[in-house]
Amino acid sequence: MTPKTSTATRQLALIHIADLHKVYILGLTRVYALRGINLNIERNEYVAIMGPSGSGKSTLMNIIGCLDVPTRGQYFLNGKDVGQLSEDELAQIRNQEIGFVFQTFNLLPRASALQNVELPLFYSGIPAARRRQLAREALEKVGLGDRLTHRPNELSGGQRQRVAIARALVNNPSIILADEPTGNLDTKTGAEIMQIFDQLHEQGNTIVLVTHEKFIAEHAARIIHLKDGKIEFEEKPQIA
Amino acid sequence: MTLFIEYLRSAWDSLNAHRVRSFFTILGIVIGVTTIICIFTIIQSINRYVEGEFSGLGASTVYVSKYPWVVTGNWWQFRNRPPITLREYQALREHSVFARWISPIVESFRTVQYRSQTLEQVYTVGCNEEYPETANVSVALGRWFTHLEVAHARAVAIIGAHVREVLFGPENPIGKRIKINGLPYKVVGILEKRGNFFGFNMDNQVIMPYTSFRTYRLSRRNIAIALRVADPNQLEELKEEIRGILRRVRKIPPTEKDNFSINQQDMLTRFYHQLTGTLYLVVFVVGTISLIVGGIGIANIMLVSVTERTREIGIRKAVGATRAQIIGHFLSESVLISLVGGFLGVLIGVLVSQIPLHLLKLHTAVSPGTVLLGVGFSSLVGIVSGLYPANRAARVNPIEALRYE
Repeated sequence: MTPKTSTATRQLALIHIADLHKVYILGLTRVYALRGINLNIERNEYVAIMGPSGSGKSTLMNIIGCLDVPTRGQYFLNGKDVGQLSEDELAQIRNQEIGFVFQTFNLLPRASALQNVELPLFYSGIPAARRRQLAREALEKVGLGDRLTHRPNELSGGQRQRVAIARALVNNPSIILADEPTGNLDTKTGAEIMQIFDQLHEQGNTIVLVTHEKFIAEHAARIIHLKDGKIEFEEKPQIA
Repeated sequence: MTLFIEYLRSAWDSLNAHRVRSFFTILGIVIGVTTIICIFTIIQSINRYVEGEFSGLGASTVYVSKYPWVVTGNWWQFRNRPPITLREYQALREHSVFARWISPIVESFRTVQYRSQTLEQVYTVGCNEEYPETANVSVALGRWFTHLEVAHARAVAIIGAHVREVLFGPENPIGKRIKINGLPYKVVGILEKRGNFFGFNMDNQVIMPYTSFRTYRLSRRNIAIALRVADPNQLEELKEEIRGILRRVRKIPPTEKDNFSINQQDMLTRFYHQLTGTLYLVVFVVGTISLIVGGIGIANIMLVSVTERTREIGIRKAVGATRAQIIGHFLSESVLISLVGGFLGVLIGVLVSQIPLHLLKLHTAVSPGTVLLGVGFSSLVGIVSGLYPANRAARVNPIEALRYE
């Protein structure tokens, strides 16, 4: 890839990944988790990343989510080279640009729904009153306007995941990164959660979904299949 | 600032979630701070009392006597000194320029009687009319004896408040005749109430002209001489002058040391401060050690907390907490623990110190410095003991932390 085209893509794509490698050193062995990923994701795309376990999809998602840095290769997020940032700079990117939704929800158990959603705003230094207002709006958006003061253990799995989605949304991020968001939910609740993602996509959000379930991935407009740390193939499923 | 309050609030929540654990951690600090505050308050209260007592001796007065007030080393080396007698008093009286007031002081303990009432072991002082100026005493009722009464050895006496109470009750003692060791004296004045001086009842005394002290060979008797300057800045000159006069009178060759002592109130205070200074140091060390132990407790519990909350740290990092913000969370927790401990310690320390002070009938002196010391010291302990655990929390890898069960 010539530098010129790379500059051009940098301006266009929300996520631009070129020749991305990730090597873990586990004791004496080297684990090649990613071996040369090239990927562009545009604004308002709905992308699913699929692959069997060990295919590198978690590693890729961690790097896209700025929780981890690549060993080699380029990663531009929103035009910014985030491949070589310091830990604190990455934290800021996570705070401003990325909204995480995890399989296990990852809510603070002792905090109310509202406080959980406020968390990213707390770290971006938004004043308390404004924070509360934004968090309430985000919770209303996912249909939890009447559960503001409930703690996670007072909520059902689906409701917890909605709180997590509200938390992911509240900072108005560039991407929403969902890692097996329905993995801990029953089919019906899972479908409800997927509906929310579909809606968010319609409202203009960029969504990257990591899953190993075909029917979940099919909500996306583009499915990227990973195998052995490489992109095996891409497909565009028929929208049901 | 608001951020700090937010940190404190979240720290409070997490302390609240582990109440028993927090209680014991805080207890460690409370004990340390209580120790320091309690003993400092007691010492300071005693200090204030002692300084009040010493100030009664007068800052611009010196006392010439055979023995020094504060003996360092062998006491018996002073035993062979010749006594201070009225001869020395006369010499000082005659030659001293700096002494504005001079009085001899002859002391003994005598029995005082009035009609059927008897009081034994009454501190009896013989002096002249300038004595009240040197010793900061004054009469509450009646008058002091005059120069003429001293010159003519009149049998007049001034009695302390306690003597009056016991012997006279509600009766007016002025002009009445009392017997001191069987000899008659006329009461001319009553001393102002002075209370205790280190347990010695200052109101249980009788003062009379030294000329009418009536003792065996008064001229050979060992006495003390009180001299007071008009200007406190001339105290050193006075002392030099006294040395000169006494060495001349006693014909001490230049190679010999003084065989008399010039005592001063600040000798006592200095000696006292030396004594309590050591005590301060000991208490400080003990308190510091117990605070260090408390701090280790905090550090320990914070490390447990960091491990327990690994996942929480992961979540916080995932949504964008920087290292400094994670440190802020944990540091504010340890500071909160120690601040709560510090405040409780100050409170308990002040309260507990009231008990012995109350029993000793002393006024309490809770200085803001002591409180500040307790609170400041404990928050320092909080910061120091929280730094390492907080740093560890900040170094947690978010990916691993999110997977942590």
